Amino acid sequence: MSAPLLTVEHLSMRFGGLVAVNDVSFSAGRGDITALIGPNGAGKTTVFNCITGFYKPTVGRIALRHGEDIGQAELDRLTRRGERRLKRPGGALHLLERMPEHEVAEQARVARTFQNIRLFSGMTVLENLLVAQHNRLMLASGYTLLGVLGIGGYGRAERAAVEKAERWLEAIDLIDRADDPAGELPYGAQRKLEIARAMCTDPVLLCLDEPAAGLNPREKADLTSLIESIRSDHGTSVLLIEHDMSLIMKISDHIVVLDHGMLIADGTPDAVRHDPKVIAAYLGVAEHDVDKVKAEVAP
Amino acid sequence: MPGDAQAGEAQATGLPYARALKDTGLAAVVAFAILLPLVGFNTVQDISNRLVLETRFGTLAVFVALIAAATFINTAFLAPWRSRRARLARTRRTGRVAQWLSRRFAPFALGFVLVYPALVLFVTGPSGALKWIDNFGIQILIYVMLGFGLNIVVGLAGLLDLGYVAFYAVGAYSYALLAKTFGLSFYILLPLAGILAAFWGVLLGFPVLRLRGDYLAIVTLAFGEIIRLVLINWVPVTNGYAGISGVPRPTFFGIPFTAGDSGFAAIFGLPFSPVYRTVFLYYLILALALVTAGVTLRLRRLPVGRAWEALREDEIACRSLGINTTNTKLTAFAIGAMFGGFAGSFFAARQGFISPESFTFMESATILSIVVLGGMGSQIGVAIAAVAMVGGTEILRDLDFLKHIFGPDFEPTQYRMLVFGFAMVVIMIWKPRGLVSTREPTAFLKERRIISRDLVKEGRG
Repeated sequence: MSAPLLTVEHLSMRFGGLVAVNDVSFSAGRGDITALIGPNGAGKTTVFNCITGFYKPTVGRIALRHGEDIGQAELDRLTRRGERRLKRPGGALHLLERMPEHEVAEQARVARTFQNIRLFSGMTVLENLLVAQHNRLMLASGYTLLGVLGIGGYGRAERAAVEKAERWLEAIDLIDRADDPAGELPYGAQRKLEIARAMCTDPVLLCLDEPAAGLNPREKADLTSLIESIRSDHGTSVLLIEHDMSLIMKISDHIVVLDHGMLIADGTPDAVRHDPKVIAAYLGVAEHDVDKVKAEVAP
Repeated sequence: MPGDAQAGEAQATGLPYARALKDTGLAAVVAFAILLPLVGFNTVQDISNRLVLETRFGTLAVFVALIAAATFINTAFLAPWRSRRARLARTRRTGRVAQWLSRRFAPFALGFVLVYPALVLFVTGPSGALKWIDNFGIQILIYVMLGFGLNIVVGLAGLLDLGYVAFYAVGAYSYALLAKTFGLSFYILLPLAGILAAFWGVLLGFPVLRLRGDYLAIVTLAFGEIIRLVLINWVPVTNGYAGISGVPRPTFFGIPFTAGDSGFAAIFGLPFSPVYRTVFLYYLILALALVTAGVTLRLRRLPVGRAWEALREDEIACRSLGINTTNTKLTAFAIGAMFGGFAGSFFAARQGFISPESFTFMESATILSIVVLGGMGSQIGVAIAAVAMVGGTEILRDLDFLKHIFGPDFEPTQYRMLVFGFAMVVIMIWKPRGLVSTREPTAFLKERRIISRDLVKEGRG
């Protein structure tokens, strides 16, 4: 088996005296849809924020591999050297816990969405997707200097960016609303647009924080096929937090379960579904009481 | 506005004027309480140098009556009318006024400012034209340019900067000191002053990167004061309060505007008149302001401009998309400061004399109110607001007819700030998001649809 795309090892995050995440280790495979689930307050979003660089973890290592042939020995060497990344032809290794958030997105190419939608509501749908392609366009505009003078290939780069945005708008069925402000879109469309915006950064790993929250069954079906096409057509691996169990069981290849900041299960959907620890956590009772509760609820 | 809703309800329940009368009474009482010490009493020194208290109850009554009448008209007629219109506007797509402004008004205004000096010369003749071109033309254009510069920081990037005058001062002193010490020409020092101001912009930017909203405003305010205090106290270099006089004037590309044989008038075979210099300065600042506007328009369509606006909308989302918000904020500060520096060096060259008096907080406040009144982010709005604010203040000096209303002792210029404040209150009631309260998108697929300001955020840091 090749090395996984993302490896989280011994991740702990403390806020003062509160331990939000306690010694969590898991990995997300290349080309997999990995789900991170758990009851409210389990620490899922904290793990997300650590992976995407918004929090600096108290303890732990978060490694992301581009390319398949970088082994454990190189990872350990990089960790000891105190550097952020190792680049070589055909692959790269990134230590996400050492990077600021914009570098996680730009260099390690991890994109994310937010639990409460964070679109640029006063900008149009198209502009939202253009902002996502900032770094490539910035380079094309000669870091603004050439762009202001009208020299160089900025015009071409911008046209390419608009075309890419158009492709994504076709994919999420919002092409007719491209020139409307993002804040005017209905809720479900905003969720889809946020995913498209994240995808416009060309990520290798897409982190979705409760993408199905507040969606109706039809929109959920759309979302499911969107996530599946992201994985199959674009080769982007997906890590998602979600509460909708039927959606999770349907699309994920691998499920990681957190409760009270600790990892309680890690495996395939079938294994997790029948794991007594997971059932106990979701029912909010001790493990040995699960059978009793089950009997009470459904005799 | 909550007032709208309340007025609307009163209308609906069949009490059209009861609330208006109540509001009017309240406004009259408040106005009376505030204006009694301000307007009602006046102290004057008599012949034997004693302070005598005078009462001006007549003027006070006129003021209170005006405020009461304005309140009554607002709550009884204007507010219901506006809420009706707002309800209609919601079903309509965009403001027609805004579209008209962007399509027709800009070319018209540009044509007008280009022929303005000729027009004034034609109407008043060379001697009368000086005041109109200098006080109205050049003075307003300096503020238009400053407004454009600050618009980048406040309007686009959403960073509230209360110390913008600092960069204006840096530009002015850079030009004055370098021109006097090294004898360099205006055209070399103009970009240099801009670069120096941009450098100070970055220097201010670094410590305030982590601050947001109110905290950012306070630190920038302090920065403006620090620069002013340095100018006052660093006497060996800046000559303190006395300022720097004899700052070299800009030349017509090497030809000075002097009365001698090598002067502009003699070389072009014209009779000598100070008006040539003024007209030249007018076109110089017009060109600078247009360059500022053009560059800003261009920057908005470049990734850096979109990143500024995205930063104003949502900083966290920006970072999640790989935008380096530190650099983005610093470029906004630097480019905004650079235009302030250009305007400052022009100011020093035009005045021939600068002192710290010209760079007080009042200037920052004026520039900021131009940006806010104009509608943050809108260039046309900023230009109109500058004309209204600066031109309006200048016109106050000429309003002698007010003496017939308020009595012969009435000095209109003394009420400058009062009128200023009153005008701002009126505009904030009428157009809470500024004169041009829409945003024009920087890219479009099929059609350019104007975005309502209700959706656009103002930025928090």
